Amino acid sequence: MKHLKTLLAVGAVAAAAALPATAQEEPFTVGFIHVGSTGDMGWSFTHDQGRIAMDEHFGDAVETVMAESVAEGADAERVMTQMILGGADMIVATSFGFGPAVNAVAEQFPDVYFEHATGFMRDHPNVSTYNARFYEGRAVTGHIAGHMTESNIVGYIGSYPIPTVIRGMNSAFLHAREVNPDVEFRMIFVGTWFDPALEADAAQALIDQGADVILQHTDSTAPHAVSQEAGTFAFGQASDMAQFKPAPRITSVIDNWGPFYIDRVQAAMDGTWEQQDAWEGFAEERIILGEITGPVPDEVRASALALRDSIASGEYHPFTGPINMQDGTPWLAEGETPEDGPLAGMNFFVEGITAELQN
Amino acid sequence: MIRLEKRPTPSRAWNIGAPILAVVLTMIAGGVMFALLGQDPVEAIRVIFWDPLFHERFAAFSRPQLLVKAGPLILIAIGLALGFRAGIWNIGAEGQYIMGALFGAAFGLALYPSESPLIFPAMVIAGALGGWAWAMIPAILKTRFRTNEILVSLLLVYVAEAILASAATGWLRNPEGMGFPGSRDLARHPGTDNPEVIAGTGMHWGVITAFIAVIAAYVLLNRHVLGYQIKLAGQAPRAARFAGVNPGRLVILCLGISGVLAGMAGLFEVSGPAGQITIDFNVGYGFTAIIVAFLGRLHPIGILLAGLLMALTYIGGELAQLMLGVPASAIQAFQGMLLFFLLALDVLANYRIKRAREVVA
Repeated sequence: MKHLKTLLAVGAVAAAAALPATAQEEPFTVGFIHVGSTGDMGWSFTHDQGRIAMDEHFGDAVETVMAESVAEGADAERVMTQMILGGADMIVATSFGFGPAVNAVAEQFPDVYFEHATGFMRDHPNVSTYNARFYEGRAVTGHIAGHMTESNIVGYIGSYPIPTVIRGMNSAFLHAREVNPDVEFRMIFVGTWFDPALEADAAQALIDQGADVILQHTDSTAPHAVSQEAGTFAFGQASDMAQFKPAPRITSVIDNWGPFYIDRVQAAMDGTWEQQDAWEGFAEERIILGEITGPVPDEVRASALALRDSIASGEYHPFTGPINMQDGTPWLAEGETPEDGPLAGMNFFVEGITAELQN
Repeated sequence: MIRLEKRPTPSRAWNIGAPILAVVLTMIAGGVMFALLGQDPVEAIRVIFWDPLFHERFAAFSRPQLLVKAGPLILIAIGLALGFRAGIWNIGAEGQYIMGALFGAAFGLALYPSESPLIFPAMVIAGALGGWAWAMIPAILKTRFRTNEILVSLLLVYVAEAILASAATGWLRNPEGMGFPGSRDLARHPGTDNPEVIAGTGMHWGVITAFIAVIAAYVLLNRHVLGYQIKLAGQAPRAARFAGVNPGRLVILCLGISGVLAGMAGLFEVSGPAGQITIDFNVGYGFTAIIVAFLGRLHPIGILLAGLLMALTYIGGELAQLMLGVPASAIQAFQGMLLFFLLALDVLANYRIKRAREVVA
C-alpha cells in the first residue's frame, strides 16, 4: 500500500466525510497501536497504562482507540490508516518495527500527528519519535545485581541483539563490575519480546549455569516465576511486577508513559506540537525505580538510590570513560561521555563481557 | 439415539452447504460471545463482515486491502492443497515463505543500488528457488530416509526464523540504518519494488500470481494426468501404485510446487506490502494458509473464496477492535470458531445422521 494515488483518493474521501463534523467540538481522538498484547504485563501493558492515564486526565475532550497484537509492516499500515479514516487525530505506535509503516502513513496524512516509540525515522514533519533512557535504570539494577550475586554469575535474558538491548546489557555489566570485579554475565537471546515458555527455559538454563541473579529484557513474568522456584533474584521489567515482591523481585524499572502522552496530546490540541526526538530518563521520570525490597541490604539500597539520584541530577552518566570495546579498542577516554547519536546505535559489547555478539 | 452412518460417496450438497452453514453458525456463536463481552452482537457481526466492504468511510480503502491480505494466503494455500490432496503434509509453508523472501531480497540487495527492470523478475525466480530448496529438505529426507514430512517441514520453520533474525540483525542489515535491525527498503527502491499493477486496486504482482495459480491448479486437477495421480494417490494409495504412480516422484513434485508458491508469496510480500526484511517479517501466512486450504475444501475455487473470507475476518476484526473496542483475542477466538464449525460439519459430507431405535442387547 505504498501507493500514493489510492491513499490520496481515500484521504480526499475521508476529508470530505469529516468536513461537516470538524466545525463542532469533536473529541480529539488518539489511536494506539501495539505489537503485543496489552495483557503482557510488560511493554504494551505500560503503554496502555499511559493511555488510560491520559484518557482520564482529559476526560471528554479526548477519545482513545486501540489495536493490539498488530504485526509490523503491511498490517500496521492498514490498521493506522483505518484508525485515521475512523477519525483519529494522532497515532501512537509503540513498537520499533512500526517505523516504516508510520512514515508511509504519515506521508499520506500530513494533518495527523504521529508519535513513534523507540524509532529513529522522522521522514515527515508530522512524525516524532520518543524513547526512554532504560540504560539508566539498568545501571541501577546492574549495581544491585553485582552486590547480590554470591556465585558471581549474573544471567541476562535478551530479546534480540539490537542497540537498546545491547546498551542495557553494557550498562548493567559496567555497574555490576564496578562493585564486584569478579562478576561474570551470561547472556541468552531468546529471539522474541514475549514468550513465557521460552523466557522460563532461558531463565532455567541461566540458573543451571550457576546464575543466582536474573536480569531480563523481555516482557513476561515467567523468569520471575522460575526465580521463585530456584530461590534466585529478578528485577521487574517495564512494569513493577509487584506480585513477585519481596522476592524474587527485589526492585524494578517502571516505564512511565502517561505524563508524556498528556504533554504531547495537549500540545497537539493547542497547536504547539512540533517534531521532536524525545529521549528521557530518571530526570523526567520517564522511568521510575520501583521499591527496593527486604532481601537487599540497607547499604546497597542506599548506594543504589544514590546512583539513581546522581544520574537523575545529570551529575553522572552511566557511560563515563574509560570504557573499551570488547576487543580492547578504546571507546571512551577517561571522563568522556558518549553523544546520544552513537549511543542510540550502540551495537557492540564493552570490554569484560565474555559472550559474543552474533551480528 | 443418534447414529452416524457412512455415506457410500461424499454428499455433493453438503460439500458446498457445510462451509456456508459453518459461516452462519460462526456468526451465531460469535454473536453470543460478543454479547457476553457486552457488545451488541448484530453490530459486531456487521462491523466484521459488512463494513470492510460497504462502509462509506472505510470501504474505498478496505476493498483493495482484502486482495493484499488474501493474495499470499491464496497463493500458499493452492500449493499446499495439491500436496494435501495426495496425502503429503507440508506444514512448513511458513518457513518456505521466509526463505523465499530472504533469497529474493538478498538477490535484489546484492545488486543495490542498480535500478535495472530485470532485477525484480530475477528476484521472483530467486524467491521461488528459496522456497523450493527449503521444501526439498523434507521431500528428500522423506523419499530417501522415510522421515515424516510433517515434523521435518514444521521444525524447519523455526530454523528459517532463526536465519531471518540473523539476516535482519546481521548480514542483510541496512548499512545506513544506524545499527538498527532491518534491511534496506525494497518497496521504495525502483527495480526491487513490487508495485500495484493497476493503481488503487491492491493488485500487486503477488495477487495476480495468486489468481494465475488458482486457474493453473484448476486445470491441473481436472485436465492433467498429474492432477489425476494426485487425487488417486490421496484416495487410494495402493491403487495409485498399481496405476503406475511413483510415490517418491509425487512427494518431490508436491512439496516442490508448494515450496515454490510459498517462496514466491514471501518475495512478493517483502518487496511490496512489507517492504523490507525485519526480525518479525513473517506474520503467520504460511500457517493461516493451511486453514484457508481446508476452508476451501482443497479446491482451487474454494481456496480463492476462503482466502477472501479469511482476509475479510482479519480486516473486519481490526475494524471491530477500533470501532467497538473488542479485544484482539476475541477476534482470534472468532476465527477459531470458523475452523471448528467447518471441520465439525465435515462429518455431514461423509456421514448421514440416522435416528435409530434403541435396541435392547
